[in-house]
Amino acid sequence: MSETAAMIYFLFPLVIASMVPLALVALGALFSERSGVINIALEGIMVMGGFVGIMAIRYLEQNSVMHMQAIALTGLLVGAAAGLVFSCFHAFASIHMKSNQIISATALNLFAPALAIFVARTIFLSRRIVISGNYLIREVPVLSEIPVLGPLLFTRSYISTYLGIVIFIVLSIILYKTRLGLRIRSCGENPHAADSLGVNIYKIRYIGVLISGALAGMGGVIFVLSFATRFDGTVVGFGFLALAVLIFGQWRPSRILYAAFFFAFMRVIASTYSGIPVLQDINLPSEVYRMLPYIATLVVLSFASKRSRAPRAAGEPYDAGKR
Amino acid sequence: MKQAEQATLWIRLLQKTAERPTRISVISSILAIIFGLLVGLIIMVIVNPGEALPGFLTILFGAFNEGLRSIGNTLYFGVPIVLTGLSVAFAFRTGLFNIGATGQLTMGAFTAVYIGVNWGFLGPLHWAAALLGGMLAGALWGCIPGLLKAFRNVHEVVASIMLNYIAMYMNTMLIQQLIYNQQYARAMSPQPSARLPVWFLDSLFPGSSVNIGIFIAIGLAALLHVILNKTVFGYELKSVGFNRDAAKYAGMNEKRNVVLSMTISGALSGTAGAIMFLVAGKHLEPVNQLMQEGFTGIAIALLGLSAPVGVFLAGIFYGGLEQGGYYLQLYDFMPEIIDIIISVIIYFSALSLFLQKFVAGYIRQKIGAEVEIQEGSGIK
Repeated sequence: MSETAAMIYFLFPLVIASMVPLALVALGALFSERSGVINIALEGIMVMGGFVGIMAIRYLEQNSVMHMQAIALTGLLVGAAAGLVFSCFHAFASIHMKSNQIISATALNLFAPALAIFVARTIFLSRRIVISGNYLIREVPVLSEIPVLGPLLFTRSYISTYLGIVIFIVLSIILYKTRLGLRIRSCGENPHAADSLGVNIYKIRYIGVLISGALAGMGGVIFVLSFATRFDGTVVGFGFLALAVLIFGQWRPSRILYAAFFFAFMRVIASTYSGIPVLQDINLPSEVYRMLPYIATLVVLSFASKRSRAPRAAGEPYDAGKR
Repeated sequence: MKQAEQATLWIRLLQKTAERPTRISVISSILAIIFGLLVGLIIMVIVNPGEALPGFLTILFGAFNEGLRSIGNTLYFGVPIVLTGLSVAFAFRTGLFNIGATGQLTMGAFTAVYIGVNWGFLGPLHWAAALLGGMLAGALWGCIPGLLKAFRNVHEVVASIMLNYIAMYMNTMLIQQLIYNQQYARAMSPQPSARLPVWFLDSLFPGSSVNIGIFIAIGLAALLHVILNKTVFGYELKSVGFNRDAAKYAGMNEKRNVVLSMTISGALSGTAGAIMFLVAGKHLEPVNQLMQEGFTGIAIALLGLSAPVGVFLAGIFYGGLEQGGYYLQLYDFMPEIIDIIISVIIYFSALSLFLQKFVAGYIRQKIGAEVEIQEGSGIK
């Protein structure tokens, strides 16, 4: 095996681990924005989902005899449920109350870490919630034997990777091939036209925001399981990075995948560049690589915004009397 | 008899309120604060019922716990928040949402500390240069989303979010490259000549950390009040905020105004960053974490109805809460309860239109007249 191949086999699983939460959370935000509600509360919802999900995992680790991966799966679902419930606040304010969506999202972003740290410090006397398990799957039996794909996708992976892939495919099909998907897309482009055809704008927008809440909540748990063995009240800007993925991906699922791959790659480079000979010679501070996704998003925005693919009605409360 | 008198007095008060739409906005702001405090109280009761009430009173009256010292510290904690609040409020008034206050603050803080560490040759002008440097860095950082908005039609919220993170990483990187204190793994301290002067304030508020930042905050609030309400420049900025196309049609240079507005807004946040770190005992750290003061500024701008005077009062009120949170640890509560309260207040400020309708509806029901609602903050 050549050195380059070894490097690729080493980096690829790391990139996938970063890519999965980014792509999932961005896909959720896509559902919210294409239904017409801007959701910059992703960061807060991820924290809330991560907090509740990790609490559940910690509880199950100590009080049950479930299989490790079953515990992880339960945690992911609990996190998704927590994110879904939490996003209701944003949905209620921005859909029913016609509030400024940026302000209500900002409130959520501040509330989640404050609550998580407050509760953690009250219960555990530290902001950290420590879980014992290491949820890495070293090798998937049989499948890891497949040449090329085996080492790329089925070694050093997480259960969330496979769950994430399934969710991503299912939701992409829903968006483009079902009646619900068409309605969601129409609510974000021209809600009045959709309304005149009998679509319940409020209901569709709630569905959009709640999907984004569930995925962001799950993303929060994935973040902790993939990168740490403890939760300390933050997802270090991953929610906002997912927002950048959504914009960089121009509100299309397939492009979100490319964007997530690029952003994840930069993240991995930032933490492993000292082991990569070419980059070692350049010797830039790791912050440069961490900054790059944001700078790239700004550049894309400034060159594409004249013909941006952003949903036209995103950010505007629906007012049936306004044509 | 007495009851009836009281009732008529109440109705007359309501009638007066109905005549002045701003008052309805003020009431809805106060309601938002009350809701925020209530949620805080409920959480405290759940966590520790026995200590909840004294703890809650500590938060409310934190500004006066130790007399003059606490009042001085309230001002000290309030000043950066007043400035980020003014920053966000100024942008609001001109139709822009500056969610990038935290990034501008970070750049301002770094620049001020850098000058504070390195430019000791300036002697007595040292602190002023550091302050000015912070202001300019913030202005520059605020100017970028302004330019992108004006010339490339990029939404300022998205651009500012990206710039927040760029500023955060840049701060970490620059500290480590330029002003790193290996021993404590943080930025070096600014020289004593770069610290903001205290003047007579230490004898007025003995034992507190208050410095001339409070005068800067008062001065800038007054300046903004004059600019927004008494000058052609302010009038143009507000017009562009209300309706960009109409302002353009009226012959105003709407692009220039968008850029200027974001630049001024950024300068205010940059100043906040400089004031926060040009003191003894506070250190800039190379941690990849956004500074919360920028986001708190959004709450303060909303509560203050985007008017400089209102923002100043709301900011000092926040300083009091922060003080209260500091004393709260005596009662076994974690100071994060303050952040919870603030976030709930922001949430209810987002519902302000609903709250205003609610207040107006109540008044209408009582006095049977039409009540006008005015969106106080000027945000659409």
